[in-house]
Amino acid sequence: MRQIAVASLCLIAAACGQQSGQSQPKGLSAADAAFQKQLQEQFLDAKPGTVIEIPAGKHALDRVLTLRANGVTIRGAGTDSSVLSFKNEISGPEGILVYGNDFTIENLSIEDTKGDGLKINDGENITIRGVRVAWTGGSQTTNGAYGIYPVSSRNVLIEDSSSWGASDAGIYVGQSIGVVVRRCHAEQNVAGIEIENTISADVYDNVATGNTGGILVFNMPNLKQRGHSTRVFKNKVFKNNLGNFAAKGAAVASVPAGAGVVINSNSQVEIFDNDIADNQTANLIIAAYYSTNYYNKEGVDPNYDPYPRSIYVYDNRFVGGGDSPDGLELKTLKTAMFGINGRIPDVLWDGYRDEKNLVNGAPPMPERICVRNGNAMVLNADGPHKYKNPSTDMAPFQCELAKLPPVELPGRT
Amino acid sequence: MSALAGCMRAPPPVHFFAEGRPEHLSDWHVVFRDGGRLALNERVVPYDLNTPLFSDYAHKLRTMWMPAARAAKYSAIDPFDFPVGTIFSKTFYYPRADGGAAAVSRTYDQSRDFSGQGLDLANVRLIETRILVRREQGWEALPYVWNADQTDAELARTGDEVALDLVGAGGEREAFTYVVPNQNQCAGCHVTDLKTKSIVPLGPKARYLNRDYTYADGAENQLAYLQKVGYLTGVPQLPEVPRTANWIDASQPLEARARAYLEVNCSHCHNPKGAADTTALNFDVTTPVDRHLGLCKPPVAAGRGTGDHLFDIVPGHPDDSILPFRMATKETGVMMPEQGRDIVHREGVDLIRAWIASMPGSCGA
Repeated sequence: MRQIAVASLCLIAAACGQQSGQSQPKGLSAADAAFQKQLQEQFLDAKPGTVIEIPAGKHALDRVLTLRANGVTIRGAGTDSSVLSFKNEISGPEGILVYGNDFTIENLSIEDTKGDGLKINDGENITIRGVRVAWTGGSQTTNGAYGIYPVSSRNVLIEDSSSWGASDAGIYVGQSIGVVVRRCHAEQNVAGIEIENTISADVYDNVATGNTGGILVFNMPNLKQRGHSTRVFKNKVFKNNLGNFAAKGAAVASVPAGAGVVINSNSQVEIFDNDIADNQTANLIIAAYYSTNYYNKEGVDPNYDPYPRSIYVYDNRFVGGGDSPDGLELKTLKTAMFGINGRIPDVLWDGYRDEKNLVNGAPPMPERICVRNGNAMVLNADGPHKYKNPSTDMAPFQCELAKLPPVELPGRT
Repeated sequence: MSALAGCMRAPPPVHFFAEGRPEHLSDWHVVFRDGGRLALNERVVPYDLNTPLFSDYAHKLRTMWMPAARAAKYSAIDPFDFPVGTIFSKTFYYPRADGGAAAVSRTYDQSRDFSGQGLDLANVRLIETRILVRREQGWEALPYVWNADQTDAELARTGDEVALDLVGAGGEREAFTYVVPNQNQCAGCHVTDLKTKSIVPLGPKARYLNRDYTYADGAENQLAYLQKVGYLTGVPQLPEVPRTANWIDASQPLEARARAYLEVNCSHCHNPKGAADTTALNFDVTTPVDRHLGLCKPPVAAGRGTGDHLFDIVPGHPDDSILPFRMATKETGVMMPEQGRDIVHREGVDLIRAWIASMPGSCGA
């Protein structure tokens, strides 16, 4: 078993053998401790209408900042000029944890949290703008899981923000309704941008590069809400070939390096007008939950739908990619089908489909995977039969689906 | 201040502050320094729980007080409905150990802690006292940290850290930082239903209180005593009252002990409406022993908290299970609970490992 380094608090300067009852947090300078205390009090006193300003400068904190109020704005002086550094964090594990509606956070950075960078739980009308979350030591399994993490929330806008180095997903929206992620940058994460168990999300004008997987749209079992209706468009998703550094057991640990866009057991997903290039396993992967290898009867809700349905891929510009897939099975498959210098086609489908629901041997029209993307090909890897009969027959994918409406976020321009 | 002189005169009565944040614990007159003791004021009733929350091996003196002629209403499952004016206090303390002011004992032995109904300050070191007060608009939580002289405790809204040295029975030492939560972190455990956003008491429930306490006049069941002194109404016949197991009592069934431990330490977040309702992992008393309790369940958002394991609980295999892994680490970002402890609860981990090891079945793929 992999050794997990257990943080000894003796590493925090002068913590051992100190006089008792001291109020100054170890590892923080007197100035940082004073700033943290004052900032904590602002968070405690916040009420509707409060604006908490984070001044320019790098501020070291060692505890999570928790907000429990509606109508609050946290505003830095600039994305890169107001930096909250949690390198010495002893209590958290998040950087900023928010319980509240009508919340805005903008123009600041959160660095090196032990857990998630910015987490908003059960919020309505959430705006995240110009926020950078980063782990400054590069892509390590010991980094926190999520950079920007709204969960169980409604009416969520994430724009002009970025995440670097998350060991699960950089910009991650879970179990929410009504979401826009736009003009963001995700790099050095395992998953760059992830939409999970979320209803109605538009993900556009983003850049996802240098991650293990660029943009993910997933559904996990056992959760209260099954996600659907996501549009991924006008993004640049390229060179996501970073070795997977997630801890095993996490769903994202199943993503092969070199995955551009990955859809897993999610439905009504549109992928269009993107530039997806040079992702070495495949530019677009469409899969069922079975391909994660976590499925088991005891642990998965029998009502869970593991299949991707109603997936519409059109008008993307696919370039390169598929030339060096991750994992022995896919390497073998690629070489066998396309030769040593060949490449996996732009769309890789694991081949799992709902066999109980076929009409004339094919999924019902509205539930198909449809690809209308010029010369782009689909490889059916035949996962259900352990890759025995892969196929590039495009006939099953020559179809069209009704297009999803744009996501409307009430109350915004 | 006069408390240091060991004077014996009675303190003013307990003061219920309907609003505001009194700076000193002594402003409340709930517990007070009386010579060599931390004493309880008139009508301040101490209580204990069948299974307590683990707080870095701290001992706890819990008290409740209600204004005259008001009483709480019994409930079989939920925290009782307490009247406006109710004040809970919970003093976290340690038996002192040899080897400096920061040395405290790691022990379950409370036999030297008390002087009458209060604490013997020659033997114990007071760390903090948390006040939970029922005001008109709801409950509020106020943390107070004891000064080095142990004469009073000051409000610490933004929390505090106390460097301590935990000394085991064999003399082995473990240095750690005792973290006093800040006011917003109180809600991290005490808001058990996210939608309500309301702080609630966690301890005073029928099943946790259903046990004896040794009062000044002798041992008595706590629920019967509270009804006798007029603090509680509607208590049914005692055999009808639920009772949570004592986690450390080896004569009680393993599963009941493990479920008690998980309920008390985890279910304030891990319940279908709590802060961890996003995880589909629940440890409250009603959760069946299946994937809802984590059996064969893939984690949702554990990050590196998985310890590279695939499922929350693998029946029969604690070494392959995420739950004991997260309990057995003290690394921020990996450990569970996320707050409330700084070190590992060895006996708690042992209990959960034993329970998982005893589980039949498997996670067939």
